[in-house]
Amino acid sequence: MSVTHFDMSATLFDKIWDAHVAARRIDGRDLVYIDRHVLHELHAPHAFGKLQKAGRAVRRPDLTFSAIDHTPSTKPGRDEHTNPEGLPLIEAMRAGSLRNAIRVFDLKDPEHGISHVVAPEIGMVLPGATHAVPDSHACTVGGLGALAFGCGTSELEHILATQVIAMHRPKRMRIRLDGSLGPHVRAKDVALAVIAHIGSAGGRGFAIEFSGAVARALPVEGRLTLCNLTIEMGSRTGLIAADDTVFQWLHGRPWAPAGARWARALAYWKTLPSGEGAVFDSDINLDCGALQPQITWGTDPGQAIAISGRVPDPADAEAHRRPLLEKALVYMGLTPGMAIEGLRVDRVFIGSCTNARLSDLEEAAAILRGRRIAPGMQALVSPGSAKVRRDAEALGLDKVFSDAGFIWGESACSMCAGANGDKGERGERILSTTNRNFENRQGPGARTHLVGPALAAAAAVTGEITDVRKLLGGAR
Amino acid sequence: MERFTVVTGVAAPLIEDDVNTDQIAPLSAGHRVHPDYAAMFFARRRAGAGIDADPDFFLSKPRFSKPSILAAGANFGCGSSRESAVWCIQAAGIRCVVARGFADIFRENCLQNGLLPVVLAAGEAEAFEALVIAADGGAPFTVDLAARKITAPGGREFVFDISPADAKRLLEGLDDIGLTLTHNSDIAAFEQKMAAERPWSQRADISAVKD
Repeated sequence: MSVTHFDMSATLFDKIWDAHVAARRIDGRDLVYIDRHVLHELHAPHAFGKLQKAGRAVRRPDLTFSAIDHTPSTKPGRDEHTNPEGLPLIEAMRAGSLRNAIRVFDLKDPEHGISHVVAPEIGMVLPGATHAVPDSHACTVGGLGALAFGCGTSELEHILATQVIAMHRPKRMRIRLDGSLGPHVRAKDVALAVIAHIGSAGGRGFAIEFSGAVARALPVEGRLTLCNLTIEMGSRTGLIAADDTVFQWLHGRPWAPAGARWARALAYWKTLPSGEGAVFDSDINLDCGALQPQITWGTDPGQAIAISGRVPDPADAEAHRRPLLEKALVYMGLTPGMAIEGLRVDRVFIGSCTNARLSDLEEAAAILRGRRIAPGMQALVSPGSAKVRRDAEALGLDKVFSDAGFIWGESACSMCAGANGDKGERGERILSTTNRNFENRQGPGARTHLVGPALAAAAAVTGEITDVRKLLGGAR
Repeated sequence: MERFTVVTGVAAPLIEDDVNTDQIAPLSAGHRVHPDYAAMFFARRRAGAGIDADPDFFLSKPRFSKPSILAAGANFGCGSSRESAVWCIQAAGIRCVVARGFADIFRENCLQNGLLPVVLAAGEAEAFEALVIAADGGAPFTVDLAARKITAPGGREFVFDISPADAKRLLEGLDDIGLTLTHNSDIAAFEQKMAAERPWSQRADISAVKD
């Protein structure tokens, strides 16, 4: 075992990167070893085909796993035929995985789910480990102190053949989150506030480390939510140093090391946090003490405001940004200066790799218990994994959601990616716990507002955008 | 991968910031194992797309039906990591995107496929965009990667910067996986070292292994 020591000048990111560089390639790129590689059915079939054509083998099928999460229907009792459009991709995924001896987390598997939810919950991804998925939200597992990269299909094929990714080392950014969060303010609100602060391209070229009292106080599931949205900050990867909160959460998970190996791994993980003297290329501080629940008003995740806020006026923006803001206002059916609270809502979606873990469902259920969704409201909840669904059912949450009028769906990317038949209708206003409010993302002409589970549940009940604090405080 | 040396052709203007990969390659438009990438390219926005069609969009105009170069704004290719965004651009015949900036994953996907991503210096970018708009799908532009230079109609030249390694990869159409496979023994040595030092990293189901 190598000597463990606390390097006071290296960052968490650099320590993990350096520990995974297998070689420096002739073109100056580092070959960063990928400890766990997870594929999904939208992109892997293409890469399997190219690999086969080139006569190349999968180097480490034992470190590679196939998720089926982008295309399955969320309809209760669904199978691969429920969304016929997804079937050819699912079949190609199964065939390619079988040919290459890769385990598939198939629809009936008790460990099925959205890969970014499943990988942490079974202990597949560990602190200090590297992870890659051909999906930009791979960064989610940074919440465990892992270094993860979303990648394209060519990179996916490259990792299959070599188990390394060829990259230039990104710069380092530290985002220190100070203060403590008020009632009903959670990780999603922090993340939206950060994106609004640095912009949706603000993190480009950087690996982001989140630190400070708020990051430290976040439970693991909140950390996963915060890191999930790193790509919406423009950064390919973001992470939070693993601490006792993570270690306790991880201990005993099915694939996590146990016994003497756990002790040995733990000793190693404790050497990884950034040292006191660690130097970052960019340092950003954000005081979250006065942060309110956040909601996006526009078509870019950075267009977020407080729930008590008003829709901005493009006239106040820099001239070159005005056309985009005006376009967003038109698409969203809003006028400058109007209050965001009180807008009529047609549909609510609680799900996705961002906000579909057990604590997210509990947060929403606490608001829905004993209440009904508004007349005409379409409300769907899609738990992040089969395990989340089982655990929620054990707590009776399925009944809370069903009694309130929600559809208690199966697990998949669902309405977030719009690839499985779940979508909103043109002109509909949707409150969604997902990660992208792009035009047409949740259906042609559908108007998406990104929120956390509490605001989503509150709007489902009242039929309009509602400050959950007022709803629960009885001030309405 | 097709080599990129010199490309001459029509430059199309898409001078907007934050154009995301959902727009470039809508999932619902190409949700199959072998999609038609040319049809998928901005499927919701181009003429014939129905209610969302944008008549001012370059693809809606016949003179931009075979562009070679795309002039774009800041943060081009943000959002999803889908490489189909690059394949759509290439299916439209475009070999080079000149943007104010590129999203990280998208830029990497460009390099993987021989699509040249160019960022001009700030003052130069504005002048270039103005010339693309003025040319309006008529006179051609020429991109010369080896010379690191774009020549506009009328002869104005725009010099751009790209790392020698990235340029070499495009110029020679290098097989990226082949390049890495020359380090096979390094990777094998790394795996051996890890199996000893951090055994949990080399076994996914380490909990099933007896101490």
